[in-house]
Amino acid sequence: MSTIPARLTLPRDDRPILIAALFIVAILIAGTAYTWERFGSAPLISPTYLLQQLQIGAFLGIVAAGMMLVILISQIDLSTPWTLTAAAMMATTVGGPEAIPVGLSVGLAVGIVNGLGVAYLRVPSMIFTLGVNAVMRGLMVAHTGGFAPQTTATSLMRTLAAERSFGIPNALFVWLAVSAAVVIILQRMALGRYIYAIGNKEAAAYLSGVNTRGVTVVCFALCGLTAGIAGVLLAGYSQKAYQGMGDAYLLPSIAAVVIGGTNILGGRGRYLGTLVGVILIVLLNSVLSIMEMPEAGRQVIYGGVIILMLLVYGRGERVTS
Amino acid sequence: MPSDLVIRLRQNFPFVTALVLFCAIFALYQVEHPRGFSSAVLVQNGDEVFALAMVAMAQTVPVLAAGLDLSVGALMTMVGCCASYLLSGAPEGTPLAVELAGLHLNLGTLPGGIIGIVLGMIICLAVGTLAGLFNGVIVVYGRIQPIIATLATGAIYIGIALFLRPQPGGKIDDDLNWALTNALSDFASTVHIFDDGAAPWFAPFAWIPTSFVLLALIALLVWVPFRRSITGRTVYAIGSAEGAAYMSGLNINRAKIAAFTLGGFFAACGGLFLAIQTSSGNADLPQAGTYTLNSIAAVVIGGTSLLGGTGGAIGSIFGALILRVISFFFRIYDIAPLLQPLFEGIILLAAVSIGALRVLRVKNTLELFR
Repeated sequence: MSTIPARLTLPRDDRPILIAALFIVAILIAGTAYTWERFGSAPLISPTYLLQQLQIGAFLGIVAAGMMLVILISQIDLSTPWTLTAAAMMATTVGGPEAIPVGLSVGLAVGIVNGLGVAYLRVPSMIFTLGVNAVMRGLMVAHTGGFAPQTTATSLMRTLAAERSFGIPNALFVWLAVSAAVVIILQRMALGRYIYAIGNKEAAAYLSGVNTRGVTVVCFALCGLTAGIAGVLLAGYSQKAYQGMGDAYLLPSIAAVVIGGTNILGGRGRYLGTLVGVILIVLLNSVLSIMEMPEAGRQVIYGGVIILMLLVYGRGERVTS
Repeated sequence: MPSDLVIRLRQNFPFVTALVLFCAIFALYQVEHPRGFSSAVLVQNGDEVFALAMVAMAQTVPVLAAGLDLSVGALMTMVGCCASYLLSGAPEGTPLAVELAGLHLNLGTLPGGIIGIVLGMIICLAVGTLAGLFNGVIVVYGRIQPIIATLATGAIYIGIALFLRPQPGGKIDDDLNWALTNALSDFASTVHIFDDGAAPWFAPFAWIPTSFVLLALIALLVWVPFRRSITGRTVYAIGSAEGAAYMSGLNINRAKIAAFTLGGFFAACGGLFLAIQTSSGNADLPQAGTYTLNSIAAVVIGGTSLLGGTGGAIGSIFGALILRVISFFFRIYDIAPLLQPLFEGIILLAAVSIGALRVLRVKNTLELFR
């Protein structure tokens, strides 16, 4: 197999990205054909509309960036929904100039707790982060008294999330910054090498002298931090924090990471893929809502697309090989 | 030389812990309850725990094969929505017709009365089992990781549930509801057996909640034979070492598909009971998610390793019982409703962290990485 020249075949990790990108084009064409037929216009390919969709996609993109780091070390973070909500609620409660730092520290703190539990107690991440999610939910319910909090986002949060500079939504710049940070970590830092190494074989990474527990804590901390960023931005976008604001981000973020070609068992995947996966999910959602698809059909199509994409390129190896 | 019993206890340590913990907190609950140790309280407890116990059993089987089924809650909801159409028990029968994208499919009429209800229950269970089979086929022949494959199929099942019941509604036959969600005496008097439940020999059992009996029957008649079959043992073998299981000549594909199919059947039982208990079908997305996540928690508390290979569905029943009894305590101790989610979370975290104390005994760090 290794005799095939590298130039003639796509690297294994690039194939999913290319196919997902082609699928995005297919969604755009199908959606445009539909709107042209029905309304005689093509809003899907207008820059204004695309920018607006990307602005909404930025929140998912930021969450998915952190989720990818955790999935790469073959863990998962199910505490994202209430970490995000807690960060948003604490930020709006504190208000003033401290709002954003407080929101981000909440996310970071929850991430560190997750990391400590997974790395040192060795509780499976799926169950530990689930417990942390329940605790955060309990804390927030106790904090708000079960009612929608009456606090509002600060003007800086609104500026970052909902306004534009140079005609481009500010949220996109935040997404860009988060993306750049993740790419630097994964491509240019030793930490990135360690992350891939742990995802492939933690025991081997440990024997090679990698502080695997430390790296695990860092990954979870960063994942919590990105959830915090998304929470602060989302509160700014909707001008307030509310119960359940993070629920719509957990499964789509995992799906985006996986559609982008990252192996759910860790150790393989490129950040560009996650980016493409996020855009795919956001566009799919917006096309379905233009088509006025009822929730039932949306869920079925959503599930079908994930299975289809993975059947095309996400298949695992046989046990026999 | 430790005796056979000691070895068995040691091997099943997590399960025994769960059992003892359950007995302790359940006894405490009954003592503290103002009307404790009465049939009425037991009936209520049984009804509240049944669906979660079934979903936890459903989750156990794929977990034993080192998989995970994130679709159990959605599958349960879908079956519940089917049941809300099929079990109305209308004497004139239930017409079966599906309106899909302008297409009108007429599937005949479900007969009324008891035959119709039994047929309807069989159809519901078949739907769930088929959905489980679909999960298994996607995982085995699609070679997609179970966690992400079932995430996707779960979305599909919830979509079907929403299609069936955009709004909560439907109707379940009143007698069926009464027979299954009360004590055995009520079951007997509804279906007219044992002299309407008045037979003298029947009296000592009359107080037992029907839900507990159903739970025990499903565990003994479905789970235990499965576990003892070659396929069941193969499921355990896959969880321990899939490569070794394959090299030993075991049919791992069949065992994996069987694991997901059986999971679908258990989840269908849970959905059916939930629909009968609430007398309606409700495509409740958050509820489905909660059931899925609680099922994982129940599996872990019940002593099954998420890495696969050890544990069992009986343990998961006790895991589900423990989770539910903890929330029963909130009622009798009058804890502010606002603090209840917090306590639930802390107890869940504490339970899984205590199980993690074994890391302190590990002498070789490499043993941690499995």
